[in-house]
Amino acid sequence: MPTLNMVQALNLALREEMQRDQDVVLLGEDVGKDGGVFRITEGLHDLFGSRRVLDTPLSESGIAGVSIGMAVYGLKPVAEIQFMGFIYSAMEQLFCHAARIRSRSRGRFTCPIVIRTPYGAGIKAPELHEESAEALFCHMPGVKVVVPSTPYIAKGLLISSIRDPDPVIFLEPARLYRLIKEDVPEGEYTIPLGKARIVQEGNAVTVLAWGSMLQRVLQAAGAADCEIIDLMTLNPFDEETIFKSVKKTGRVVIVHEAPRTCGFGAELSASIAEDAMLYLKAPIIRVTGYDAVMPLAKLEDYYIPDVEKIKRAVNEVLKYY
Amino acid sequence: MPEKIIESFNIKRLEVLDEKGDADASLMPPLSDDEIKKMYELLILSRTFDRYALNLQREGRLGTYASILGQEASQIGSAFAVENTDWIFPSFREMGVYLTAGFPPYKLFQYWSGDERGITPPDNLNIFPVCVPVGTQIPHATGAAMAAVYRGDKTAVLAYFGDGGTSKGDFHEGLNIAGVFRLPVIFICQNNQWAISVPRERQTASKTLAQKAMAYGFEGLQVDGNDIFAVYKATRDALKKARQGEGPTLIECFTYRMSDHTTADDATRYRSMEEVEQWKQKDPALRLKLFLEKKGLWTEAYQKKIEEESKTIIEDAVKKEEAIQPPQPKDMFTYTYEKLSQRQSRQIKDF
Ligand SMILES: Cc1ncc(C[n+]2csc(CCOP(=O)(O)OP(=O)(O)O)c2C)c(N)n1
Ligand SMILES: [Mg+2]
Repeated sequence: MPTLNMVQALNLALREEMQRDQDVVLLGEDVGKDGGVFRITEGLHDLFGSRRVLDTPLSESGIAGVSIGMAVYGLKPVAEIQFMGFIYSAMEQLFCHAARIRSRSRGRFTCPIVIRTPYGAGIKAPELHEESAEALFCHMPGVKVVVPSTPYIAKGLLISSIRDPDPVIFLEPARLYRLIKEDVPEGEYTIPLGKARIVQEGNAVTVLAWGSMLQRVLQAAGAADCEIIDLMTLNPFDEETIFKSVKKTGRVVIVHEAPRTCGFGAELSASIAEDAMLYLKAPIIRVTGYDAVMPLAKLEDYYIPDVEKIKRAVNEVLKYY
Repeated sequence: MPEKIIESFNIKRLEVLDEKGDADASLMPPLSDDEIKKMYELLILSRTFDRYALNLQREGRLGTYASILGQEASQIGSAFAVENTDWIFPSFREMGVYLTAGFPPYKLFQYWSGDERGITPPDNLNIFPVCVPVGTQIPHATGAAMAAVYRGDKTAVLAYFGDGGTSKGDFHEGLNIAGVFRLPVIFICQNNQWAISVPRERQTASKTLAQKAMAYGFEGLQVDGNDIFAVYKATRDALKKARQGEGPTLIECFTYRMSDHTTADDATRYRSMEEVEQWKQKDPALRLKLFLEKKGLWTEAYQKKIEEESKTIIEDAVKKEEAIQPPQPKDMFTYTYEKLSQRQSRQIKDF
């Protein structure tokens, strides 16, 4: 079984899906000859040609809008937005159209697109290349939001996202692209959307994380009696798995890179308060980025939750009996 | 080094049928007498639909509605050239396009009365639901055209939008990509001179909207948008070009919005009655009627007959629409995703 990093795993997923299904086409800035700035689509242009791997103009709203048009016609476009920081001009297309076409047309038209984009900190890039704005997309009923945390998971989730009949925003933690390698089988396997996974079972604290924060959570809480849950899909999220765990542990720590206010942790925290309040032994603690503009590289490490902060939060909730 | 002219352009304006009802035979597109009468009948039908919609809104039986009065030639002339396999991406002021495409009028009333089920096209029509955010449907048309090419279909795609729409970023992005890939898409801009209260000169300093196509590397032309033959000819030519792989066309239909912007608007606040009066002379229906009369195809009796028929069709549509049971509250959830999410499965129990 090949040992792959996330870049290679995503590339493999794309290759296999394109081989399997003629309707899958790729489009985006520099995704063709160059293979994408992170090389996710490397070699696919040579393999499938410029008909199926389209270098587009620099045009985020256009890429999203054109993908929508292709999808309603019957194709399964997988578009790359080069960095999440540039997705904002495509928000109108995603919110006003991708998310609503099924509803607006009462199912006559659907929008099976995947918008892939790298996000999150840790790559020493210029402004707007490192933010985590996943919560924005979770406030769009009709869109699914998927975040992989390891190469194996990335491949399975991307295949499921491509096959999903609804629009998927597929957020790739750039920090993880080459950080970890693991066994990733060739050939098909899928990981269902809308389901979380229990990475480590435990009884004392439930720690909720996704994407790049999962590695840090494992470092901080891997040795403790923590139940670590990787959400994988943020919208719609797997509340059953979360509530079940919280009812068992009675203590919750939520970890994300994004600013705290209205971050996805707020939704999780409120949901747990509504549905599992009486099981809680301790206040829910969020370990998050700050409510400040994400700084450039020199201050980045102060902004992003680190292993120490996560450990402290776990110890804090353990103080309550 | 001497400066050189490295690019220059001219913009054509196409007119076939004048206000007196005389057509330029050298430009007249091939249309049988029956087809021309059919166009006229669709024009009367659309106008009747529009009148009823405005009245129903006043009576509180319909929600906010955007009238097409004055723009019928632009809408019917263009949609008449389309083949059944072609795709259409309209904006919100295209009831003439929907009706010409064969969309059932009762469903249009159903939509404007606030029921999404109304705008679902019958299975044999590829006409997209109304697009409310101005200009954002333009890249969809480009994408559908890209998919048609990918599949090897001879399909062409039409996108409709207004003069206001040309100021949006998606106009640029949609036309730009269509130009780069030489896609079979026709951009129909109904320049009705107004975007609510904002006049055409406030949208752009360009002399015409048609010339914007030059920047994207394809043809743009202006047509008299109240001249159904000019609109039809321009669309037909553009469709032919598109099907031959010769790329997109931008057609600026120079027309006028005779009504308020919508039933929620009062146009007397920002434009003069003189201006509206001047455009009355250019009425697209009157012109076509005069043409038919000169050809011996129009009589008072014919007019009465088609008006009666239109009235019957529309009144039946209203009756049919008003008998439809309102949607179920559960329907809110049904089409969010293919399947209900965990949370939706709980929320739907409220109903
Ligand atoms: C993006 C967006 N901005 C504003 C509006 C509100 N609005 C609806 S129609 C309209 C004017 C549109 O003008 P034009 O494109 O010329 O089309 P027309 O109404 O004349 O048919 C405005 C401002 C909207 N629907 N979408
Ligand atoms: Mg206008």
